Amino acid sequence: MKSQSNSQQNNIVPANATFHNQKNKLLLPAWLVIGFFLVVPVLMMLVYSFLTKEFRGGVIWEFSLAAYDQFFFDRGLFGDEPAKIDWTYIKIYGRSALQALIATLLCLVIGFPTAYYIATRPVRSRPLWVFLITIPYWVNLLIRTVSMKFLIRDNGPLNTWLLQAGIIDQPIHLINTNLAVQLGLFYSYLPFMVLPIYASIERFDFSLSEAAADLYASRWTTLRQIILPMVKPGIIAGCILVFVPSLGAFLAPDLLGGAKNFMIGSLIEEQFKGNAGNWPFGAASSMILLIIVLLVLLIYARNESHAQGAR
Amino acid sequence: MKNRFTSTIVKASLATAFALTSTVANAEGSLSIYHWFEYIPQEVLDKFSEEHDVEVTMDTYDSNESMLATLKAGKLGSYDVAVPGDYMVEIMRNGGLLDSFEPAELSNFDNIMEQWVDVGFDPGRKHSIPYQWGSTSFSVNRDMYEGDINTTGILFEPPEELAGKINMLDSQGEVLALASMHLGIEQCNSNRDELKALNALLQEAKPKWASFNSDGAKDVLVSGDAAAGMIWNGFSAKARNEGANIEYVYPKEGLVVWMDNVVLLKDAPNRDNALKFMDFLLEPENIAAITNFAQYTAGVKGVNELLDADLIASPETNPPADAPAGSFVAVCDEETQKLYDQIWTNLKK
Repeated sequence: MKSQSNSQQNNIVPANATFHNQKNKLLLPAWLVIGFFLVVPVLMMLVYSFLTKEFRGGVIWEFSLAAYDQFFFDRGLFGDEPAKIDWTYIKIYGRSALQALIATLLCLVIGFPTAYYIATRPVRSRPLWVFLITIPYWVNLLIRTVSMKFLIRDNGPLNTWLLQAGIIDQPIHLINTNLAVQLGLFYSYLPFMVLPIYASIERFDFSLSEAAADLYASRWTTLRQIILPMVKPGIIAGCILVFVPSLGAFLAPDLLGGAKNFMIGSLIEEQFKGNAGNWPFGAASSMILLIIVLLVLLIYARNESHAQGAR
Repeated sequence: MKNRFTSTIVKASLATAFALTSTVANAEGSLSIYHWFEYIPQEVLDKFSEEHDVEVTMDTYDSNESMLATLKAGKLGSYDVAVPGDYMVEIMRNGGLLDSFEPAELSNFDNIMEQWVDVGFDPGRKHSIPYQWGSTSFSVNRDMYEGDINTTGILFEPPEELAGKINMLDSQGEVLALASMHLGIEQCNSNRDELKALNALLQEAKPKWASFNSDGAKDVLVSGDAAAGMIWNGFSAKARNEGANIEYVYPKEGLVVWMDNVVLLKDAPNRDNALKFMDFLLEPENIAAITNFAQYTAGVKGVNELLDADLIASPETNPPADAPAGSFVAVCDEETQKLYDQIWTNLKK
């Protein structure tokens, strides 16, 4: 795709009048930033995950697999029982993945129609709608999450209104539940879903769906066979942008979930700043999370390239 | 969108990198405090700032352990003073995180009450001065529960009515100490059966707790989110003053007492100002303002006359005659502490 569009453009504009020959140099700043601020910390994390835990926080520079061992095996309170597989941390990861998945689906179900609506507004009014979507981002995520906590508490405004309206006769107990965490994640990341899908639908040529209608396709068929395949990249981008941060979120579990059940993010945070800090274990947990995310993205990328190869 | 996402990550990494590498400028006239949340009124800081022409900055933490973790993670050398509890002073002293001073360096050193000079966690006060002391137990909302509350069973084996409505402090030392008192076992225990019992007690209690929250421990009681909550005595007094119908309990099994202390940190960038600040806090007038704000008890002579009448009479600072004596959180050796760390990890996972 890329090389095609480049060559097309090169035909029109003399190459030396553009930046096209300088492609690599254009990327240099990005590479430097990513190289320094992403690769270096990840490597540090990798190294730390294989070190020995120091008493009361910190590490001793001795190679150890203890962090990974702790993740997968349970040796009892005193560490001398025969090792058996420890499901606790695996369950935490499973729970977080499920939460993130549900949040992603919720965002998709609400975000797609929203994006579709915005993309079908007159060109002039679209920026206004996009602007409205980004308004919540003027307020810090922490503050938004705390406000949500106030809204949904047992005797908070939400319950008061529902009770007064006669919709419920018992307050809905939301605070410190998984549902509250889900709600928090969904609310935090909804724009991450709407905006990429909007960008895709906006580029969609609606004469195609009109053509489908002319050929007697039902609206449902048009959506499924024409629109969805065309805007799929936007949907997938949105899903990744919601799923990945949800997976590692710690504000919502901490504030809305009562910090009682660990999610991946809070588990890792606790290792570095919590009471029984364990840096190597925190680093190992982060590495495992990183590997899972990379695997998911790799599988997606492979499927994509297979699909394109088939075409 | 993607750009925005990455730029957030970049910003976060930048911030971290700065935090790790930058040392606060040694400019004349600044003081950097690492303090508990909601523990000092702004007016007191402003007053110090004006009197000594010092620019004061403050970061806050919500547990002794997280303060230690942050200092160990590379922040030592960027703060001048911190305010650890008794057992944490000992841990920090043993870990070489504290600088020392001579009594002569503080003109108000003699204002410290006699019983708080030669303390176990800092004999002769070479690294610290008293800040406030108090107790850790729990409070119960009397609108929501009317039964007998004079037992730690309220937290660890809660009655049906309170199940699911209890907030715990996110504070390893205090939770485990109180749970040990409930079982009537020693702190820093290495008896396997007793530790197993402690572990089991906490595992069974956990489903009946709503949350672990220290900085919100007051708010959950005021808002009614929690019907009972583990809390520090002064923080409970504040909750009561904000309208919660709660009673602070002196359980018959015992309660935790603590003393927070201002310590001089190792590699303090502004050692002189740190000592000025400590001297300032030993003035009865200044420390009394903090006591009136935080509702605990000071360790300085001549404070009592300066306290609010409400505070002098408050049930949170006046235990009943039959209240048990409190115990400090004990500092265990490494082998034993590892077992307690394991129990805490089991509880939180």
